[in-house]
Amino acid sequence: MNNEASDSVRPIDIIKKRLHKRYKAEKRFKLYGIVAIFLSLSFLVLLFFSIIGNGYSAFLQTFVQLEIYFDPVVIDTGNMASVNFPGLVKQSLLNKFPQIKTRQEKKQLYSLISTGASFQLQRMVEKDPALVGKTEKIWVPADDDVDMLLKGHIARDVPESERRLTDFQLELINAWELEGTIKKGFNTTFFTAGDSREPELAGILGAMSGSILTLALTLILSFPIGGAAAVYLEEFAPRNRWIDLIEVNINNLAAVPSIVFGLLGLAVFINFFNLPRSTPVVGGLVLTIMTLPVIIIASRASLQSVPPSIREAALGVGASKMQTVFHHVLPLAMPGMLTGTIIGMARALGETAPLLMIGMVAFIVDIPSSFTDPATALPVQIFLWADSPERAFVEKTSAAIIVLLAFLIVMNSLAVILRNRFERRW
Amino acid sequence: MSSTVLIILVLTLSAIGYQLGRKRAYSLGERAGGVKVLHSRPTYYGLLTALWCAIPALLIFTAWQAFEPSIISNIIVSDLPEEIRTLPESRLNLVINDIRNIVSGNIVSGEIKPEIQKAAEHYKNLQSTSNGALSVIVTSLALVGILLIWRKIKPSLRARNQVEKIFTVFLIASSTFAIFITIGIVLSVLFEAIRFFRVVPLTEFIFGLDWSPQMAIRADQVGSSGAFGAIPVFAGTLMISSIAMLVAVPLGLMSAIYLSEYANKQFRAVAKPLLEILAGIPTVVYGFFAALIIAPFIRNLGVSLGLDVSSESALAAGLVMGIMIIPFVSSLSDDVINAVPQAMRDGALALGATKSETIKQVVVPAALPGIVGGVLLAVSRAIGETMIVVMAAGLAANLTANPLQAVTTVTVQIVTLLVGDQEFDSPKTLAAFALGLLLFAVTLILNIIALYVVRKYREQYE
Repeated sequence: MNNEASDSVRPIDIIKKRLHKRYKAEKRFKLYGIVAIFLSLSFLVLLFFSIIGNGYSAFLQTFVQLEIYFDPVVIDTGNMASVNFPGLVKQSLLNKFPQIKTRQEKKQLYSLISTGASFQLQRMVEKDPALVGKTEKIWVPADDDVDMLLKGHIARDVPESERRLTDFQLELINAWELEGTIKKGFNTTFFTAGDSREPELAGILGAMSGSILTLALTLILSFPIGGAAAVYLEEFAPRNRWIDLIEVNINNLAAVPSIVFGLLGLAVFINFFNLPRSTPVVGGLVLTIMTLPVIIIASRASLQSVPPSIREAALGVGASKMQTVFHHVLPLAMPGMLTGTIIGMARALGETAPLLMIGMVAFIVDIPSSFTDPATALPVQIFLWADSPERAFVEKTSAAIIVLLAFLIVMNSLAVILRNRFERRW
Repeated sequence: MSSTVLIILVLTLSAIGYQLGRKRAYSLGERAGGVKVLHSRPTYYGLLTALWCAIPALLIFTAWQAFEPSIISNIIVSDLPEEIRTLPESRLNLVINDIRNIVSGNIVSGEIKPEIQKAAEHYKNLQSTSNGALSVIVTSLALVGILLIWRKIKPSLRARNQVEKIFTVFLIASSTFAIFITIGIVLSVLFEAIRFFRVVPLTEFIFGLDWSPQMAIRADQVGSSGAFGAIPVFAGTLMISSIAMLVAVPLGLMSAIYLSEYANKQFRAVAKPLLEILAGIPTVVYGFFAALIIAPFIRNLGVSLGLDVSSESALAAGLVMGIMIIPFVSSLSDDVINAVPQAMRDGALALGATKSETIKQVVVPAALPGIVGGVLLAVSRAIGETMIVVMAAGLAANLTANPLQAVTTVTVQIVTLLVGDQEFDSPKTLAAFALGLLLFAVTLILNIIALYVVRKYREQYE
């Protein structure tokens, strides 16, 4: 019997042999998990690095120092609109480089300075008419190509035909660099201007005001309505089919693609109610409809977590149902409801597609100041700039994304802080 | 009076009404022998006054604002000279737009005809009349509201019950809002889609192989056939969504399994929120990332391998969309996996199974319905995702199975058909609504199935 057993393979050997394989499979499986997480997170890192890497330089802007003579002959303070400020800039450039004579070369020289320089002079004179007749050294914004060159986005050593700046222009820039009359400074324009076709003059203030107006309306409408809906469904609603229908409806709305809400906005608000296109009113209404389900779902969860004993105690001392809810349950659930609202607002802030549908995608230079002014929003501005071919707009787009992400991080941190500080666990 | 000022005025009046109502209740109560003789606490008398002041006024205000533009337009149109009034509807709309632009001081296309200028003046007059009337009506309504309740207040007035009734009405109205939104979506999209299907037969739309929505302006124009066969669009959507799911499901599921079964507490506490950041990034950022980084990378990679890769390849858009959906899949699967009872794991481990065998043969099969539900929800997200594909996928509808070529999707077509100014009645814009109806229907069905599956699954283990 002993012999027989030693001849045939014992089960324990088979198991041991397989055990090795099984342990290997175990290790492999665990590795897959780590790799999956690692890959996902590395995408996140790559995204942040490429955006920040592309965008941080947009917060700096190249300026050139010009010596401007505010010629009293040219400047007629009575009629500012027709004053030839570009001429002053050109004259100053010619004084600087007296060797330039041909038309061709002059044109190349002029194109190094942003068209915004003349507006800057105009503003200066409007603010301080005493400047007329004086000569001042002024830092004016350089053209975006010069800016890109100094930031290293345009290579100096490629053949002239593959570069946006000619050899002659490079020489001029080198001359400035030697003199120290060209520098990079903080780009305030980016935070104080509206959109522009010239990258060096484009800013995000217009888009930001549009976003703020739109979100303000969204908040004013969606928080009371969403909160009230949640209170009714959680505290008052009878259990019947009608209420079931509403609940299923809300859950489904939360998963409807955002572009469909845009179609609704276009058909109902713009075509039926004739509300003005491209305005924060319509944007706010559409985003309200979109964020309502999010707020309702979060608020209901928060109301659910308030223990029934609170309600029973209030009812027990003679409070009406409404008093119970508004005096006792709602204050306890409020932090959770606010957290949900902030998260909903953060989503609304990043939303682009429905705003495209209702025409908030126009090129708008003015900064909107009321709900019925044409406006864009921050994410739409990003979309618009991403479409622009100039290299300098890549940088602006990334910088606008950094600003948008900063807002989102602030809002989400606020939500987390609110939750951690005020939410009670029962 | 501007509308903001008017609203502030009404709210101020309502606050004054609150104080008045409360004071009146107090004084009446004192006279009748102490506050306790009042039916409700004095606050409720104040609230009642405030509500009766604000609600009717604000309702009238909203209705007025909603219908004012269309009513004024109608009046203007009926006053226009005969030859303009009988213009086709699309031309007429242009004229009305011109008038509106003159009124708001914008740039007008072409020169201004005298009758248009006159209409604009008329429009301005009507607008200011309407504004004045609105201010008067709203303010007087607010005052009348205060006065009425002020006179009605007496100790036996059941103020609390009345206030609570108003609140209940508000609560119920808010909760039915969701239904109205859904009805609104269905109706608005459906009506336009029906108008589209009157021009383009449904069969051509669903089975046609050629999609080129540019309508011919001249009959002999090249490449403007105006074909509305949506199969290439569906195929493109399907391809990009499939690529996205091929990325998101393995990565998301494995991440969820690792986080819920293997990872220790500290790792989980760090990795989970980080993963969820991916879900919080706006899609326009992903779109830019896809167009700027991923698409050129894939193109260069393809070129170095000797492949012909389009710069708007389906692969790039799908890949980035997949990244966006990872946290969606992982957090849903995480919930589901955590819901599997510990006893099932313990049983498998006690029989000598390794951890991975337990997961593969016990936990995942048990959680499968929930995971499938989560994946379905993710698919509906992928189909409806707009910005990534608008920025990174193509516009031309190619019917191809090659992921390295450019394809287009339903959402891209909706955006390109509707962005910019065009007449609202052409089949081109109506086609967008037909696509929207389809998108809504498909995602709705996917969501209903997914939610049903997930709910059934939860009940199983509760």
